[in-house]
Amino acid sequence: MMIAALILAASLVFLVQFFIAYCRSLLAKSYALELSPETHQVTGIEDHLIHRDDFRRLVQLVELCPEPGNDGAQLKAVRVYYSLVKGLRAVMGSLGSVRDWTEKEQASCGYFAAVVLDRRIAHNRGLMAEQIANHT
Amino acid sequence: MLGPLDYLIWLLGPTVQAYVVVRTILSRDFLRYFPLIFYMFSAALLDVGRLIVYRTYGLQSESFLYFYYYSDTLLTVFLYFAILALYQRVFEEMQVSRHIRWAGALLLALTAIVSYATVHQNAANMVNRFVVELSRNLYFVGVVLTYVLWGAVLQLRETRARIVQLVLSLGIFFSASAALYAARNLFPQYAPWIAALAPMAGFILPLAWAYVFTMVSEEARLETARIAPHRSQVATAHR
Repeated sequence: MMIAALILAASLVFLVQFFIAYCRSLLAKSYALELSPETHQVTGIEDHLIHRDDFRRLVQLVELCPEPGNDGAQLKAVRVYYSLVKGLRAVMGSLGSVRDWTEKEQASCGYFAAVVLDRRIAHNRGLMAEQIANHT
Repeated sequence: MLGPLDYLIWLLGPTVQAYVVVRTILSRDFLRYFPLIFYMFSAALLDVGRLIVYRTYGLQSESFLYFYYYSDTLLTVFLYFAILALYQRVFEEMQVSRHIRWAGALLLALTAIVSYATVHQNAANMVNRFVVELSRNLYFVGVVLTYVLWGAVLQLRETRARIVQLVLSLGIFFSASAALYAARNLFPQYAPWIAALAPMAGFILPLAWAYVFTMVSEEARLETARIAPHRSQVATAHR
């Protein structure tokens, strides 16, 4: 019983740590990518400048685009991470350093959503070009 | 009795696993990541095997329980070799492959012995309990090994995005599975509900690896320092 309790407690701590690191690796990878002019136009994002509340709006735009079928699970993971960070801000937002950090993290989640949107726009554009080519 | 939706969920796992195998064959990553892909291939086959055993003998049959738990143990051991392969990739420049292999084999044997000793005194229904305990312990050893590997990745400033994401997805899978097995030990009265969460944990690896082998190129690099919690990536706009 004792061993099982220890394993449960330790595994949950490790799970949270791995999950946060995994989400941050997704955010770091997306940060290296540049958005296309179309996505800049659709989202109104200039350079990498994003407001922390943009995430929800960007996810709504992503949901309007048909999924190419390979990034849905990662977007869900980032949504969970965004909620965790938002919860942390609600609880400890009075601390200046926590407020600044959570603001940047939420903005990073927004940029990730913008990259997903960018990829889906490119995918749909490709499909449309293919269809037009088939009809002519 | 399972409904059409249950069958769909059951077959979704092998479908994504098969996708990962085919994708790596087509992109010629199969040999480079052989222990990981071998695990995916075995998991797909054994999932289909479980479905066949269920259809033949039923969900509550002893045959299904034995097949389920023993195939789970086998897959955990395969995954164990996958994580050792990632150790070799991370430490490849340090020429310590032989030591890693020996340490891995020793850890596997020790875990089996400790699990056997734990259950030895309780002879009733020992075989089944042994398999559950062995799986729980193997998953937890997997968690610890992955955590140490993640520490090495950060320390050695490993930049290969694929390695980083493979290690982290393994960490999530191992820790979720170890937590589920430990919770089943601790709260046997809720075992059916906890067992129902196992397929969700089972989806973690196929989905994460399908993403890695589709969206992340072998040449992609990550700044691991950016993943440390105190660093942030994006400049924020103020309204």
